[in-house]
Amino acid sequence: MTEQAKLLDVSGLTMDFGGLRAIDSVNLEIRTGEIVALIGPNGAGKTTFFNCVTGIYTPTAGDVSICPPGGKPLRINGLKPNRITALGMARTFQNIRLFPGMTVLENVMIGRHCRTKASIVDAIVRGPATAREEQETVDTSYCLLERVGLADAADDFARNLSYGAQRRLEIARALATEPFLLLLDEPAAGMNPQETRELDELIVRIRDEERLAILLIEHDMKLVMNISDRIYVMEYGKEIATGTPEEIKGNPRVIEAYLGEDAHA
Amino acid sequence: MREMLTSLKNAVGIALWFVFLTLPLLVVRVNTLNNEIEWRWENLGWIAGVTALLALAWQLSLRWRDRQRDRSVTQDEEEGMVPRATLQTLLDNRVLCRRLLVGAALLAAAFPWLVSTAQNFYHVNVMVSALIFVVLALGLNITVGLAGLLDLGYIAFFAVGAYTYALLSKAFGLGFWTCLPLGGVAGMLFGLALGFPILRLRGDYLAIVTLGFGSITKIVLENWDAVFGGAAGIAGIPRPDLFALVLDGRQKAVYSYYIILALVVLTIFVTVRLKNSRIGRAWMALREDEIACVAMGVDMAATKLSAYALGAFWAGLVGVVFAAHNNFINPDSFTFMDSAMILAMVVLGGMGSILGVIVAALALKLLPEYLRAFAEYRMLVFGTVMVLMMLFRPQGLISNMRRRYAAGTKGGGDRD
Repeated sequence: MTEQAKLLDVSGLTMDFGGLRAIDSVNLEIRTGEIVALIGPNGAGKTTFFNCVTGIYTPTAGDVSICPPGGKPLRINGLKPNRITALGMARTFQNIRLFPGMTVLENVMIGRHCRTKASIVDAIVRGPATAREEQETVDTSYCLLERVGLADAADDFARNLSYGAQRRLEIARALATEPFLLLLDEPAAGMNPQETRELDELIVRIRDEERLAILLIEHDMKLVMNISDRIYVMEYGKEIATGTPEEIKGNPRVIEAYLGEDAHA
Repeated sequence: MREMLTSLKNAVGIALWFVFLTLPLLVVRVNTLNNEIEWRWENLGWIAGVTALLALAWQLSLRWRDRQRDRSVTQDEEEGMVPRATLQTLLDNRVLCRRLLVGAALLAAAFPWLVSTAQNFYHVNVMVSALIFVVLALGLNITVGLAGLLDLGYIAFFAVGAYTYALLSKAFGLGFWTCLPLGGVAGMLFGLALGFPILRLRGDYLAIVTLGFGSITKIVLENWDAVFGGAAGIAGIPRPDLFALVLDGRQKAVYSYYIILALVVLTIFVTVRLKNSRIGRAWMALREDEIACVAMGVDMAATKLSAYALGAFWAGLVGVVFAAHNNFINPDSFTFMDSAMILAMVVLGGMGSILGVIVAALALKLLPEYLRAFAEYRMLVFGTVMVLMMLFRPQGLISNMRRRYAAGTKGGGDRD
């Protein structure tokens, strides 16, 4: 990677829940076009990290700043999640959070909310501009569904999709917000090997086609090693290693964290 | 067959239990005149027989429900009961849909002339009260059905509208048509005032606060005699005016009918438009999953407030019609029972389903009116119906239809 603008720059991020320090001064940065993985044992604080970065939690200390391509860096600590999404950072959830009672297409259309403008009055009057915007929302959403291979299921209720399809729908919904940075929380969880391979291709394809950066949390090491440019490893809220997949594979601290102390004897 | 046997066994068990429970009440009687105990064994037989039959029917219907559910799962159809599926195909057929709509519109327009005579226009008045509740239910449907924000004090906004008209016409002599939008706006402002403090609340807490809000409104109306006339209310509220024409009783009733009918149509139109828009989708997403909704870039505060404000707007608007139609209002028209009734209409009809809510509102208002003979059993029947509905059709009479969007072509059309 050549020197490129930092899309996301996290420094000294700390999050306390009462007396518990869930994240302890973690640093992380992502540049244009990178796929970065965040790994670590269960309970290491990876999802908390996501929640801090996307505004669900307000961090106790540290800085989170984003810099849209061609824009100026902006500190986003304490901003509301919807503001952060509007700025260009979208996410998926570890335990799938779709809108089960809405159709697949409508789920993606929600993602367009922050990129459309119709007010209540516009919606009631439905002038030509609003009708056009509405049609664009439908068309864009359809395109995204085709990209993730769900166009045939567009009119089904989201709750009727298979597990793997629900994960892909979450990605499509996040893409609908036009992010420059996509955060995926365990996208391969619960998928079979075939689905995981397809997901692997999908993530790389999204990166290349949309020219966006991706940060993912994942336990499937094959997927992580395959597609990541860099990896951050967390344990007990602390960052214990960072580097390319090869460096991480050989790092004794990481092996210890995953396999216990005796493993590298 | 084995299932049948279990059901039978259970039914016998339940019958025995009932016999045991009712034994002292229905079988044993102490005759205080002769100081002797009468044993009415025939009652025991009746109780045993009837409860056994009821218990059997109950278990069979529960089993039938489960079978329906299994079938709907294998069909990969939502709640996929047969009537629902046919209704969906019917609604997808736009030509037929339009014809039905035109038919319903003609019937609604002709209704007051068909059922009334110069002396007797009782049915028109009944229909006006029912349609008032249709608008109320459609308004609450925005807050509860679409946005999923429970509101147990909805009737307060109705009261705000009614008192706005009553007070403005008394104090400043403002006419009905001036006050109609003002009532709506007043309701909306109260909706916002209620919405702000409860933005962070969810579920039970929301229910309690809205319940409190409804009660406070009623208590203020009852006790602030100087302004609101106290428990006696306000009388002599002017009827809707029509270019200063003098109308007789029947014409007045019919005029009210057309006003409220127009409001119903307007409410349906606005709700359908909103539902199929960016705003309505945000409401539904908020109902489905608040965190995901916010993470997808929807402004929670604005979305919640708009849902409260719009729901309250319709209540305020129709409150003005209510005050004008009745000439008289007092706090007794705005009790918690009414809030609960409107909520029941939304739940029975199917959360978010416009057609379902209309049907439920008409049914819940008109049936008690025409079944006066059973007035004593009204609440009993009402409760039973609610319990049965929740067991057999928890998604409501007409559950929310899925909407299909046409990609690349012009327009998807408005549909419930």
